Amino acid sequence: MSEETVLQVRDLCLWYAPGSPTLKHVSLDLPERQVTALIGPSGCGKSTFLKTLDRMNDLIPGVRVTGSVRYRGRELYDPSVDVTWLRKQIGMVFQKPNPFPMSIYDNVAYGPRTHGVRDRGRLDGIVEGSLRGAALWEEVRDRLKKPALALSGGQQQRLCIARALAVEPDVLLMDEATSALDPISTSKIEELISELKERYTIVTVTHNMQQAARISDKCAFFLLGELIEFGDTTQLFSLPRDKRTEDYITGRFG
Amino acid sequence: MVPHSARRRMRDGLLRGMLWLSGGLVAALLAAVAGYVLFRGLPHLTWELLTTQTSVLRDTRGIWPNLGNTLYVVGVSLALVLPLGVGAAVYLTEYAPSRRLAGAIEFAAGTLAGIPSILYGLVGMLVFCQLWGLQASLLAGSLTLAVMTFPTVLRTTQESLKTVPQSYREGALGLGSGKWRMIRTVVLPAAADGIVTGCILAVGRVVGESAALLFTAGMGMSLNHVFASWENFSRSSGATLTVALYVYAKERADFDTAFAIAVLLLGLTLVLNGAARLAGRSIRQRGGERRE
Repeated sequence: MSEETVLQVRDLCLWYAPGSPTLKHVSLDLPERQVTALIGPSGCGKSTFLKTLDRMNDLIPGVRVTGSVRYRGRELYDPSVDVTWLRKQIGMVFQKPNPFPMSIYDNVAYGPRTHGVRDRGRLDGIVEGSLRGAALWEEVRDRLKKPALALSGGQQQRLCIARALAVEPDVLLMDEATSALDPISTSKIEELISELKERYTIVTVTHNMQQAARISDKCAFFLLGELIEFGDTTQLFSLPRDKRTEDYITGRFG
Repeated sequence: MVPHSARRRMRDGLLRGMLWLSGGLVAALLAAVAGYVLFRGLPHLTWELLTTQTSVLRDTRGIWPNLGNTLYVVGVSLALVLPLGVGAAVYLTEYAPSRRLAGAIEFAAGTLAGIPSILYGLVGMLVFCQLWGLQASLLAGSLTLAVMTFPTVLRTTQESLKTVPQSYREGALGLGSGKWRMIRTVVLPAAADGIVTGCILAVGRVVGESAALLFTAGMGMSLNHVFASWENFSRSSGATLTVALYVYAKERADFDTAFAIAVLLLGLTLVLNGAARLAGRSIRQRGGERRE
């Protein structure tokens, strides 16, 4: 099976503080237009790994990264890389919905405006398209000027997805994007992910085994900062190669 | 022997009585002061007083120039302290490379906020009036008060910036926003009511200040046409309302006018405190929304 690799990670190590690294020699290839789920117990480094993919770890003082992350052939940790450009290509949806305290419209338009879109008509089009893309348009089309914080939690999270889509990213990173939501909102976002993967490469962190099995094509199991196993989700869940993977997905620990 | 629980009840009652008494005393004191000021001042707070200047020939009193001077000092010192205070707070919370440096500056600002204002007056007189050659002028007074209120604006802005959730910053940066754009479009608007509160507190201090201005802004009672020329703007000197109150009461023994000014100041303080409270409340409400 030939797949275009979007993100190629080689021998990635990350330290939050001097001493033992939080990520240990992680290497994997993330294929285009597929959903890759990162699973593992709390503190295993899966969220940290996700953040290395758009350099959100840069915000934390004292972080040190070695190894290589290549996005379509370009080294992300090269000093010449423009982080603004990078984060336009690779969008992030966070664990807790974090709409800005402004209107629904302005939230979605924030990214395009950041990247220089000023034309009113174009912005209108992007906002509508992104909200449709996040399956939120029908619910908010009459109140685009209302504050985003008045939306429900699930709507807020779909708004954050719309906001991420509005910059037309290539890759979408989701950090436990449904863990703060009720089951109905969660299933809506899961459906959304399955549709979005036709256009985007998606990497999602999840604590929920069923969710990983339902929505992902590839699955990576992390334990104590190491990548234990990476492969097709169906294979990983039915015939794990590593004993530790089997123990985790059958609920023996974690 | 009194049973244990009865004794406890007695002690409880005693304590409650004392607390009630001290609370009542505060309220009574406030009512007495305000009442006395109103009683003495209100009859003299006339339209003529508010709209004319004092004339020795006609033997009339007017505080129109002093109102103007107060507005000048409030306006100019706010225009100076707002960008400086907010800028410094943004630097300390968003950019400062080391927590220790920021901590040291915060400590210094806290200390500066507690210094008696007359010291600011002394330093302002030496630096602005003499060293800079501004002499006793409204401009020198405004500069002095800008320095004096700087810690207040800095601290309130900082506190407000700290309440802006980190997730807003991450969200903006995650969309590819640069740091300054993130601060300008997301962080500062979210902190706006705290900044407004700081400004109102600063204005309150400026309106109520007299000690620092006695040295620096002069005590004149005649009208300044400050907008007529740059010369007028930079050289005019005169008394603000509080300084005028001091002059009328202390040097001219004109207590009727002094109390009339006091009524005006009382009203202003009330309005400013109310405004600061409203702004503060809207911050707390927003904080509540976030916790949901």
